Amino acid sequence: MSSAQITLATAKRILTQLRHDHRTVALMVLVPTLVMILLYYVIGDQGSFDAWTPVLLCVFPFLVMFLVTSIATLRERTTGTLERLMASPLGKLDLLLGYGLAFGLMAVVQVALVLSVSLTWLGFGLGAPLWPLVVVALCNALLGTALGLLCSAFARTEFQAVQFMPVVMIPQLLLGGILVPRDQMAPVLEWISNVLPMSYAIEAMKLAAAAGAEGDFWRDVAVVAGSAVLALVLGAATLRRRTP
Amino acid sequence: MMSCAVAVRDLRVERGRRQVLHGVSFEVPRGSVLGLIGPSGCGKTTLMRAVVGVQTVAGGTVTVLGEPAGGPGLRTKVGYSTQSPAVYDDLTVTENLAYFAAVLGAPKTDVARVVAEVGLEDAAGQTARTLSGGQKSRASLAVALLGAPELLVLDEPTVGLDPVLRNELWGLFHRLAAGRGVTLMVSSHVMDEASRCDRLLLMREGEILADDSPGTLRDRTGAADLEAAFLRLIADREAVSDR
Ligand SMILES: Nc1ncnc2c1ncn2[C@@H]1O[C@H](COP(=O)(O)OP(=O)(O)OP(=O)(O)O)[C@@H](O)[C@H]1O
Ligand SMILES: [Mg+2]
Repeated sequence: MSSAQITLATAKRILTQLRHDHRTVALMVLVPTLVMILLYYVIGDQGSFDAWTPVLLCVFPFLVMFLVTSIATLRERTTGTLERLMASPLGKLDLLLGYGLAFGLMAVVQVALVLSVSLTWLGFGLGAPLWPLVVVALCNALLGTALGLLCSAFARTEFQAVQFMPVVMIPQLLLGGILVPRDQMAPVLEWISNVLPMSYAIEAMKLAAAAGAEGDFWRDVAVVAGSAVLALVLGAATLRRRTP
Repeated sequence: MMSCAVAVRDLRVERGRRQVLHGVSFEVPRGSVLGLIGPSGCGKTTLMRAVVGVQTVAGGTVTVLGEPAGGPGLRTKVGYSTQSPAVYDDLTVTENLAYFAAVLGAPKTDVARVVAEVGLEDAAGQTARTLSGGQKSRASLAVALLGAPELLVLDEPTVGLDPVLRNELWGLFHRLAAGRGVTLMVSSHVMDEASRCDRLLLMREGEILADDSPGTLRDRTGAADLEAAFLRLIADREAVSDR
């Protein structure tokens, strides 16, 4: 069995697990769309809604993927299936890429639904091509998957895994230029903001919504994708064939 | 030594800053069934994990089928079934087995074979979450039987099973050893199972008290059955260490 076949078998297995768990699938796919609809009616003003939409398109795929992945991999550690896999020919990267692939596919469905609803029913005024938005949303979902994998290595219980979400999310949201523009922050905060991948994701999404793949767009996307790859590699390093 | 499936020398293991195996040495000949017996917490699982190559060790060597334990060449040759069942709760028995078969590169037909070997035909379409305790542990055992392992490391594979089923599984273990030359390491708490092993390793507090055939153990201690033989060996050792 080649590594690629094992990766595909792993992705298929994870999707089969999801198929048995309708509620999780519904939450993954519907929650971002429902929040978007809620936001539309709360804001009640098309201009502000158009400004918030790119931000939510960034935050939600990331958030959901982060949570689902960290809990799924933690379960794999605690139920002994990981120990079983570590004694098998499966490579560490096979497992991580399998998760990335399966949840990446879920992210496509999630983003497709939230974008269709926003663009039609909610009248999201997009003055640029659609694909750059999709690219950013997917890179960001993959980043969420990769960071979820990494963080699950530091959690012993599902309760702890859930606690990682605010630890990872809140600084990135506060410093990502959503509430206060990044160039108006104190220098230290701006510096920290510069090393948080979400800042680049949000910037890329705003660029994509305003003008498409222009300006710093590709640099920002590269930073987000690079961070996802880095997190995957670090995640692989935390998987040990031998444990104490 | 190719006649030897497992060779352990002076194995020391620390878990949670405490040494739990204090220099264990033994060998398992190919095609034999070794039973691992000893009080709860004596280090049976730890020893098996070291043989499979998933346990961090502090010293000593573990050689499996001529390679250092856990080596890349061994990962399709060693089947391991953990003490608590390790299967995906939200997959059916068949889906679980199909996935592990794909990872091991075992033929798809293996799934039906191992389901029959552990007698789970009627529950094959059930998700693992809905299985009874004994069914779930058999599903986990079935995973270890996939492919063509040369060494099977089975941690309490028959716990919670009725005598009929236990008898069938032991029949299977002996068929694997006699027919396919598979070597088995099986831990157990049940003495009538111990008597069905070719050799027994009696452990106590991270050390090996005895390494003999069941018959020799009974003769040596002059006890009527294995249970009495073990109690006597443990009592003798305690008398020595008290002195
Ligand atoms: N992860 C761990 N961290 C620290 N100590 C551990 C860990 N796992 C096991 N131990 C300790 O190591 C010792 C040996 O444990 P092991 O699981 O090998 O026992 P065992 O012989 O398999 O017992 P049982 O028959 O109850 O399964 C025990 O004292 C146990 O408390
Ligand atoms: Mg044990």
